[in-house]
Amino acid sequence: MLTRRIIPCLDVKDGRVVKGVNFLNLRDAGDPVELGKRYSDEGADELVFLDITATIRSRRTIVDLVEGVARNVFIPFTVGGGIRTAEEIDAVLRAGADKCSVNTAAVTNPGILTDCARRFGSQCVVLAIDARRRAGRTNEWIVTVKAGSEPTDIDAVEWAVRGERLGAGEILLTSMDADGTKSGYDIELTRAVAEAVSIPVIASGGAGTLESMAEVVEQGKADAVLAASVFHYGQYSIRQVKEFLSARGIPIRPCGRPRGGGY
Amino acid sequence: MPAEDGNGGLTGMIVVIDYNVGNIKSVRNALDWLGIEDALSAEPAAIERADGIILPGVAAFGYAMEQLGATAEAVRRAVLAGKPLLGICVGFQLLFDASSELGEHKGLGLVKGRVAAIPHRPGLAIPHMGWNAVCWPDGMDLFSGLEPGEHFYFAHSYCADVADPAARTALTDYGGAVTAAVCKGNIYGVQFHPEKSGEAGMQLLRNFARLCMIEADRC
Repeated sequence: MLTRRIIPCLDVKDGRVVKGVNFLNLRDAGDPVELGKRYSDEGADELVFLDITATIRSRRTIVDLVEGVARNVFIPFTVGGGIRTAEEIDAVLRAGADKCSVNTAAVTNPGILTDCARRFGSQCVVLAIDARRRAGRTNEWIVTVKAGSEPTDIDAVEWAVRGERLGAGEILLTSMDADGTKSGYDIELTRAVAEAVSIPVIASGGAGTLESMAEVVEQGKADAVLAASVFHYGQYSIRQVKEFLSARGIPIRPCGRPRGGGY
Repeated sequence: MPAEDGNGGLTGMIVVIDYNVGNIKSVRNALDWLGIEDALSAEPAAIERADGIILPGVAAFGYAMEQLGATAEAVRRAVLAGKPLLGICVGFQLLFDASSELGEHKGLGLVKGRVAAIPHRPGLAIPHMGWNAVCWPDGMDLFSGLEPGEHFYFAHSYCADVADPAARTALTDYGGAVTAAVCKGNIYGVQFHPEKSGEAGMQLLRNFARLCMIEADRC
């Protein structure tokens, strides 16, 4: 049976991981390779690196980062943040990333999804959607762009459906209302999208309690659960999350034995 | 004849077929990490010289076959002469007779069977993407040192229907039994990505390298 994935998300600025990371015995908490390895050893199923600088200059840095991670970490990883063109995606995939996520670029130019699906395969193309509840309406969400700073009039569920049709192989769905609040994932949003598409949906934004992580899978029908600060600040380990979900009857990949280092 | 390189690694062993598909770099990264020496080539002479062949592949079946071009014959010849081959993902699917992905395409025909879309069922996400448990029959050397039920990372929308009585298969469950791996003499293939399957995947690649060494010692 396919397991639900637990995915730590690492924010990267100028090639360094930002946000406090609470691992013991890390020589360099800002080193994406060391952190990625640590999460992989802990039992993470996948990693997401989000470039929050996303300037032209940072492009070269991100390619270096991807090469470093790919040489040392042997679980799938996605790179996103400010990616605008198929050429940029090509460079990141060639450097060793398994998937690329596009957000604003897909809204501006939906054809990029089709172009990339044809060139690299749908499994490489992740459509990132930053959704916000529509004011005064129940269970309606709009797509926001530019890291959530700009609302559009696009319905988030319709956009997910269209994204799938255009070639996206996966949806990375962030609730901008819940993001950073630790008040729990937006279950209704996640379920609305997961029921509307047949590709996997990664729930993001609002991870706070173990209960909320279980709920977004059970009720939200998420295929994967993404979280940042609960892992980085050591609130929960990957193992704790997995053991909790497993006890709830959710299929997960066991963490295995703790090990000293490497494979 | 393979030789120890003094660092516990093995030298002169595996050729990774270079044919313009995704995941080649990831496969080579994993081999490098394991200290298994590899070369990237599509040249018949290099294939002939190697102790084993890895056919990677993230692409559509027809595109992959087209990109493989004349190299297909060199791979077939080497494999039929007994050289171990490991196909990964689309490289695994190419081992079969044919696929119906985006039209009808012929494969390498090394293992009898066909590749077709994973049957659609309500509530079943396609592609089959993520970690799934794999079970295999006793004594399948590729999985030495691993416990049946081990998880591997899958990302595919098409799957192989094996019709070869000489082949042994490992299975995973995704809305029904899905072929996860195949073994027929010196021919091995895995639908999942060992290069992305953490420690379990590394063990599988190590096993393949060892099988190559045993075969090379025999010749």
